[in-house]
Amino acid sequence: MTLILDGVRVRQRGETWLEDIDLELPNGMTTLIGPLAAGKTTLMRVAAGLLPPTSGRVVVNGRDVTSVSVRKRSVAFVYQQFINYPSLSVYENIASPLRLDPSFPRREIDRRVREIAEIMGIGDLLDRRPEELSGGQQQRTAIARALARPVDVLLLDEPLANLDYKLREQLRADLRDMFAGSAGVVLYSTADPAEALGFAAPTVVLGEGRIQHTGDVAEMYDRPPTLAVAATLSDPPLNLLPGLAHEGRIDCLGVCFPVPGERAPAGRVVLGVRPHQVTIERTGPGDVEFPAEIRLAEVTGSATFLHLLLPGSRHLVAQLEGTRLFTPGQPATAYVDPSRVLIFDEAGVSLPARPAAEADLHG
Amino acid sequence: MTGERLNDVSGDVSGEVSTAGAVVAGDRVEPEAPVGAALPRDEPGGQADTKPRNNRAWFLVLPVVVSVAFTAVIPLMTVVNFSVQDIFSPTDRIFVGLDWFRSVSRDPEVRAAFVRTLLFSAQVLLLEIPLGVAIAVSMPRHGLGVPVALVLVALPLLIPWNVVGTIWQIFARGDIGLGGWTINNVLGVNFNYTLDSTDAWITVLIMDVWHWTPLVALLAYAGLRSIPEPYFQAAQIDAASGWATFRHIQLPRLRGVLTIAILLRFMDSFMIYTEPFVVTGGGPGNATSFLSILLSKIAVGQFDLGPAGAFSLLYFLTVQIVSYVFFTVLTRTGR
Repeated sequence: MTLILDGVRVRQRGETWLEDIDLELPNGMTTLIGPLAAGKTTLMRVAAGLLPPTSGRVVVNGRDVTSVSVRKRSVAFVYQQFINYPSLSVYENIASPLRLDPSFPRREIDRRVREIAEIMGIGDLLDRRPEELSGGQQQRTAIARALARPVDVLLLDEPLANLDYKLREQLRADLRDMFAGSAGVVLYSTADPAEALGFAAPTVVLGEGRIQHTGDVAEMYDRPPTLAVAATLSDPPLNLLPGLAHEGRIDCLGVCFPVPGERAPAGRVVLGVRPHQVTIERTGPGDVEFPAEIRLAEVTGSATFLHLLLPGSRHLVAQLEGTRLFTPGQPATAYVDPSRVLIFDEAGVSLPARPAAEADLHG
Repeated sequence: MTGERLNDVSGDVSGEVSTAGAVVAGDRVEPEAPVGAALPRDEPGGQADTKPRNNRAWFLVLPVVVSVAFTAVIPLMTVVNFSVQDIFSPTDRIFVGLDWFRSVSRDPEVRAAFVRTLLFSAQVLLLEIPLGVAIAVSMPRHGLGVPVALVLVALPLLIPWNVVGTIWQIFARGDIGLGGWTINNVLGVNFNYTLDSTDAWITVLIMDVWHWTPLVALLAYAGLRSIPEPYFQAAQIDAASGWATFRHIQLPRLRGVLTIAILLRFMDSFMIYTEPFVVTGGGPGNATSFLSILLSKIAVGQFDLGPAGAFSLLYFLTVQIVSYVFFTVLTRTGR
């Protein structure tokens, strides 16, 4: 089972929503990650057949289905909103796609509905109506409805985004187990880097309607090939600082430090620093020091996010462990280990671009 | 609904009396208590009932109480006053108890008008609700067609009621009316609403459908527009038929607006007056004398204030009770 998007392009009302989408999705799960308005939902809708691409082809199992109506395709779709048929019980909701599929044996329906409801943990709610369920139970029903019928392509469009934190964790673990044995193509979209990293599945990074990168998500997090990929996979958001590279040294906001490793950039660069890599105590001899002023400390319990103002009105957020108290307006010093700083050129390409990443990027 | 309002009003009045006392007491204890003082007080382990309360906000309800009393309660009480007396002149009146209620509810003319009005309302609901929903479902959801369809559908609602009556009075005439002439001369059916009871009934019914189906359609359309697109996509993916989509997605989500539409259309059609008065004047014979037309004949034409008062109150109670039953049934069934 494969799903291929070949040169897909979507234009609506003079705006480009998707451009140059070439993807080959194998059996099993693929994660699609991108920021808001990256085109994730559009891509999913094209893959499902809900939206015909302006140009390009959609191929499932070697068969061109671009012009085949969604009614005739073997797909299932789970939405961010909890979409169930309001007048039907949970049982009937899960059974409805099976009843409408002429190739599914009638006698199997009852067994299948109960089996899938049991797996999704809603086995004792079958007589209820969707409105009598909690949000998490509604979404479990919607997912059960999508999983009940064996399909070639299963699409999940940010299915956990509207759930609260605890439910999300729990359902994520359940889903990972379910997709492990899946016989079809599963495409799972999310805007949450933790979710993508947690699934550890092959990952497609989408940004501004284009594929930014594809590959192993942990690898991409560690050595992001571009600024867009680094920003998409960083939560809390990546700190960005301007710098000027010259003869093996980088000048950043009046602080000079040698370029670590074998990188040899020149000209304007952008430095990417993850908040947890910023400290306010020296951790190593090579640390770069930035004079700063404390603006705000956000305490979440397990971490404290310290908002710092650097020279040149630049903001830097440091993620510190535990609950710590600070007084706004006080001076502080921010320490950053230059060997862990991500360096991008002005076009947003990582420096030095590793050969493998470059091939991926242009391939 | 006005009945509930009445209860509320009496509740408000008594609340006013008791809280006014509380305000005075509160003022004596804490002369400078600001309006929001009850809320942010920091009382560790304090209980809700020990907090000082400021009830001055009740005074804000006073204008409503006064205006409702002037516009609804006092006039209604005048009608109640009429309904239990036989009035010959302002100085010469006899208390008759419930006699007028008894005689009105036994009057065959009133009973016939009641059955007629109930039948009319039933037909109005049976025609307008499905038709309105059908129009709403077939109206476009996107593009330039939306404003065009909305304006076209809303047109009949913009016409004053007596003008609607005049339009139909002329339109349905066999000699100079486009509709009546077409039925008589093109379809070859003998149609004359001034002579034939059935023709008069049909004319009034179609006029109401023409005038008020747009209201149902607009309400239903608003309800349909609020259904998120993914519901329709989910139905498409399941390859559900158009009927199944309507039955299981659109109809359940129209419950709220349809409840309102049915209530509005029932109340309005049960109290219909202007249009049949203009078109048929209640005739021919009594064929289209609905309760309201009969009532105005008794109250204004014959100036029988006692029976008219009793009639009004019974009429009012009927609308209340039927609306209440509708509302209860519609909000409970299928849950």
